[in-house]
Amino acid sequence: MPATRPLPRLDRENRDFWTGGELDELRIARCADCAGFVHPPRPVCRHCLSENVAPYAVSGEGVIDSFTINYQAWHPAMEVPYVIARVALDDAPGVILTTNIVDCAVEDVTIGDRVRVVFEQQDDVYIPLFQRCT
Amino acid sequence: MATDAFITGIGQSEVGRGLERAPLLLTVDAVKEALADAGLGIDQVDGVSTYPGRAATYLAFSPVGADELIDTLGIRATWYAGGAEITSQLGAVVAAATAVSAGLARHVICFRTVYEAAAMKRPEEFPMRRPDRVEGHSQWTAPFNAMSAANWVAQYATRHMYHYGLTREQLAQVALTCSSNAARNPRALVDKPLTMDQYLESRMVSTPLCLYDCDRYTDASTVLIVSAADALDEVSSEPVRIAAMAGSVERHSWDQPELMASYATGADLWRNTDYTPQDVDTAQLYDGFSFLALTWLEALGFCELGEAGRYIEGGQRIALDGDLPLNTGGGQLGAGRLHGFGFAHESVVQLRGEGDERQVAGDPRVAVCTSGGGPLATALLLARD
Repeated sequence: MPATRPLPRLDRENRDFWTGGELDELRIARCADCAGFVHPPRPVCRHCLSENVAPYAVSGEGVIDSFTINYQAWHPAMEVPYVIARVALDDAPGVILTTNIVDCAVEDVTIGDRVRVVFEQQDDVYIPLFQRCT
Repeated sequence: MATDAFITGIGQSEVGRGLERAPLLLTVDAVKEALADAGLGIDQVDGVSTYPGRAATYLAFSPVGADELIDTLGIRATWYAGGAEITSQLGAVVAAATAVSAGLARHVICFRTVYEAAAMKRPEEFPMRRPDRVEGHSQWTAPFNAMSAANWVAQYATRHMYHYGLTREQLAQVALTCSSNAARNPRALVDKPLTMDQYLESRMVSTPLCLYDCDRYTDASTVLIVSAADALDEVSSEPVRIAAMAGSVERHSWDQPELMASYATGADLWRNTDYTPQDVDTAQLYDGFSFLALTWLEALGFCELGEAGRYIEGGQRIALDGDLPLNTGGGQLGAGRLHGFGFAHESVVQLRGEGDERQVAGDPRVAVCTSGGGPLATALLLARD
């Protein structure tokens, strides 16, 4: 796995997403009025324009929509290969997370694989990664 | 939108990797060539348009802004624009065409200058300022070391293989065609045709994209002069009409959209003109990554969604003497990462019959050129009519 990860600057819009892992929660912003999900998180619902948007803990399970095995070391400290994937969350329709699939051989990953979130802490950030469900 | 704007001049600086000549001077070289081509003097230019403007945090990506060029050349501009928040690189040409159609300017210099190869060689002169923490849309990719558009595009390509059966041999036809055409273009970076074996044996960057599926950092400036219909009597070149143009943004996100922005843009382009895909004599489609050119073939209706792999199989259809000659100057994979503007430049070359060894036969009259893919897309239909 990569040795270092660029970390997000936390602000009032993204803090719940990036720190939910402290309580083992994957939090996606959701509109309390129309129940639509808002990702990336914004203070206004992109479906109904309500400001009644709040973080919502989803199950953390999903399906691999697509993936790539990255072989290019984008900086010298980077360990390759590793898997980058798009994960469609089970209970947040329309939300896709770019993430890494961890704890398996890179060649074992396939579109349609069921996956579950695991968090990797770096400083004050809990990065949502995914493991294949076996 | 259908337009009454014309491309009346084209220019290109030296194209290289690790050039010593300063990027502002490369830009001036390209401007001078375009002015001479159009038969215009700098005092007749009253507009400037560029993408993405001066990129202060990473000058290599865009070292020259419109402000600097206007002051350097003493341009008396009544209209100008430059910025990244537009529907990709050729959005700067859309802006210029809109401006001349509205009477805000008569002759607009549109330019794109890149200096990434020189900056890699001389990082002390062109430092990349990396923030301690990422923000904006890169926060959704960089923490997962999805650092490059190669990674983002690759995932769309993986899906295409999974759902539609695209093969590496089919995808290879973009790189093979581009290198073959580049070998006929004296200004192109690549000077030898690539073989299928070389392609298949090259190292992977991000599956399924290998080294030859990715364009390479290039130093160059490309200029297009966009003129108003009522200013054509001042021009000595053969004008090429911007017959239609379209653009779109898909949430400016690389992971939320189901389809790239090119699909909406491609469909819109034909709503704005009486021309149809069957009228196109040559296509210059954005290939910063080979797979993007495939999506443009589908998006523009040359084939159905999911069919681009089979459409280009074997390469005959998109060859210089095929039904739809593709990226005749070499595209970015062959001619260098001119970043969008090269596709419009080459379209004009072909429509004027100035392609020499790479000229499409049969007096081409209609060309389509595009930039972007992913979350941003622009398409221009150019015609000699």
